[in-house]
This record gives sequence, C-alpha cells and structure tokens, in this order.
Amino acid sequence: MPTFVYMTRCDGCGHCVDICPSDIMHIDKVTRRAYNIEPNMCWECFSCVKACPHHAIDVRGYADFAPLGSSVRVVRDEEKGTIAWRIKFRNGKKDMELLAPITTKPWGTCIPKLSEVAGPTQEQRDSQLLFNEPKYIRMDDGGLHTLESNGLTMKAGVYY
Amino acid sequence: MITSNPFAELSALISTDIMQGYIVLMFILVVVGTVLDMMHKKSAKYFFENSKKQQAAAKRSVGGGEKAGLLVKTVASEVLTSSEFANVKRRISHLFTMYGFILFVVTTAMMIFTPAAEVSATTAQLWHIGAAMLCIGGYWFWFFIRVDLNSEGKTWYKLAQADIFIVSLLLTATFALLWSYTQFNGGKVGDMGLTALFFALFILSATTLFSTVLWSKFAHMFFKPAAAFQKRVTKADGSMENLPMDYDLTDPAVQAKFPDIPEYMGKNPSNMGPGIKREAPSHY
Repeated sequence: MPTFVYMTRCDGCGHCVDICPSDIMHIDKVTRRAYNIEPNMCWECFSCVKACPHHAIDVRGYADFAPLGSSVRVVRDEEKGTIAWRIKFRNGKKDMELLAPITTKPWGTCIPKLSEVAGPTQEQRDSQLLFNEPKYIRMDDGGLHTLESNGLTMKAGVYY
Repeated sequence: MITSNPFAELSALISTDIMQGYIVLMFILVVVGTVLDMMHKKSAKYFFENSKKQQAAAKRSVGGGEKAGLLVKTVASEVLTSSEFANVKRRISHLFTMYGFILFVVTTAMMIFTPAAEVSATTAQLWHIGAAMLCIGGYWFWFFIRVDLNSEGKTWYKLAQADIFIVSLLLTATFALLWSYTQFNGGKVGDMGLTALFFALFILSATTLFSTVLWSKFAHMFFKPAAAFQKRVTKADGSMENLPMDYDLTDPAVQAKFPDIPEYMGKNPSNMGPGIKREAPSHY
C-alpha cells in the first residue's frame, strides 16, 4: 500500500518532497502538509518514511516480509547511526523489533575524493576495464578473485 | 507614532460601540469557524479514535497526575517555544509570528475596550511591536522559508488556498502599521485619502483572517497543541504509535539482543552527526 501522511504529525518541512525518487510527495495546497499525489506510482521504497523527522508518514509493508494488516514502522536515527524497524501483526500480539547499524563512521567523513584521483592514462582509456575499479573485481590481475586468493574465509550464518 | 493609540482618533468618526461590536463579531466568527472546521475535518473524531487505539496498545497506564505533568511540558515546550519544528529558521519565524499575533490581538482588544484616556503608551507601543513582529516573521516565512518555495520550487507570488491565513495575517499587520503611520502624520480616515484606504484594507484583511477559519489553517493553533499532547502521552504509555523503541546503544541488554550493534559499532558507539539533514530540503 502506498505512503500516506498523518496530517497532525506533519509540519510541512519538505524532506519527503526532496527525497522521493518518484517525485510524488508534494505539499497540499490547502493545509500545507505533505501528501502522496499519485499513490499508483509509489514504489513503497520507504525513503520518505525514513526521512520524515516527525515519523508522520506511514506505509504498509509488502506481503513478502510482513503479513496483511500488520503495522510496519521504521525509525532511521542518523545521530545514532542505526535503523530500527517494528512489525506488529494485526492481532496485536506478535510484535517484532529489529535494530541494525547503517553507518560505522560519522556521516560525510568517508566520501571518496574522486577529484583528487589521478586521471586514467591513454592505455587505461583504451582498455575494456572500468577506470578506478576496486581491486577485488578487477580481472586483469591474476585472474578470477576468490575468497581464498584474497586471504578471506567464509563464516557460517548471515553477516551484513 | 509608536506610542499613539490609533483607535483613539478613530473613535471620533466611528463609535466605540461599533468597534467593540466588530471585535465581538470576529471572536464569534473564529469560534463558529473552528467548530465547523472540526466537524468538516472530523478532527475531534480522529483524536478520539486515535486515543482509543493508543490505549489499547499501551504498555502501562498513565495516571492523571502524570498527564497533568505532560500537559505542562507540552505547553512549556511545543506551545510556548514551538519546539515541534524540525527547521530552526521556521521555528524562529513562527515564534515571531505567534507572539506578534498574540500581542497585536490582545492590545487591539485592550485599546478598544478601555476608554481612550486610560490606554497607556505601553499598550500602544506593544500594539505596534506586535504588528512589526508579525511582519518580520511573516514576510521572512513568505519570501524565504515557505515549503512551496524551498521544496516545490514555486514563485513567491503564486497563491494557493493554504495562503489565506498567512496572507490575510500579513496584510492585516502591514495595513495596520501603514494606517497608524499615515494617521499619525496628519491623515484622517474621514478625508478619504491614503489613511482611509489603509484603514479600509486593514479592516478587509482582518475580516478575511477571522471569517475564513473553515477554509484556512487558522484552527491549527487549537489542534496542534492537542496533537503534541497526544504524542507525549503515546511515549509515556509505551504505545509509541507502533514506532520502535528509542534504544540506548550502550545498554548491555540492547547489545545482547542486537549483537550487530557491538560487532560493527563497538560497545560505546559515537554520535554519527546529521546525515541527510546536513542540507535543507531544497532540491526540487
């Protein structure tokens, strides 16, 4: 189900208008609060839900991760560097929470300075390889990269 | 000019009974408009239903004393300092407009309901200061901060229904100051000159402001504090509007429940600072 806005929570700051990849979050002409102008075009990407500083936007989760009628709410806390999800089933009893890191370093401190990287040589320009590719995906240095060839090991379980 | 009571001179032309009647009429229009607005938007019904939902999801009950404490906090924070605004500029502009409006309305009533001889110079001064504060906060908002300009890329002169409130409010304050200025410099409303024009526009915009509550966002000054109070109650009773808890990342229990946190962020994660909020939303 597409996004919808709790009018009493919205202060019309415009963060959702700014971030929406479909450009469908706009400001209402009467109440000057945000609303979804074209629900059919909403990808339910949760960008606006996470960007809203007042948690005024809600969207029901896809059926592939939350059952029908459940409440899926999210808090993206930039200062803590975490994202917290809460999925509450419609019977009100099953109530699940998840907390995960979204950054391990302060925002904006590790942006690659591409303008300072030396430009490609003529040979690199003529090559089929992409310029400045990370070494783990380059194919011109000893063939296919594997975990073993790079001194890495597989760990059991799911890691992010 | 700032210490002169503009309504004193006006009373020679328009009787104080008419002026007082006008104020009472505007008050009635606001009350009726707010009630109609509440019925039309079903805001009271929404609050009642939301409150029932919140009580059903509550993890603990909030007593009367605690609720009174939350009410005091809401008044001290959200109402008196407009703390709900995420944008600092909007908050400052709102404070100017809000206190300017209160000063302007209260002193207007005081100057009209008190005999002219008893109105102090301070009251007249506060009336002018209130109007000036309204203009500062309002024009700042209108030309620079309004979300239509910042996020929607619209021009400042493009009007929408949402503008009835701010435009009529700004025009009321502006024409009040212009009327006071021209009258102080010798103009008279009875002369049908500039003073009369500014006075007529002042009355027209004030009437628009108070008579269009149903179509404007005037009623936000009543329902916004109620919404802020309800938000505080949901935090106190643990229902949190179904939002996740506000976790303390250094708490060992939280770290045991979510082991990704200590593994990737350490036992005592640092403050990561603002991310997307480093830039104001103005990338239409």
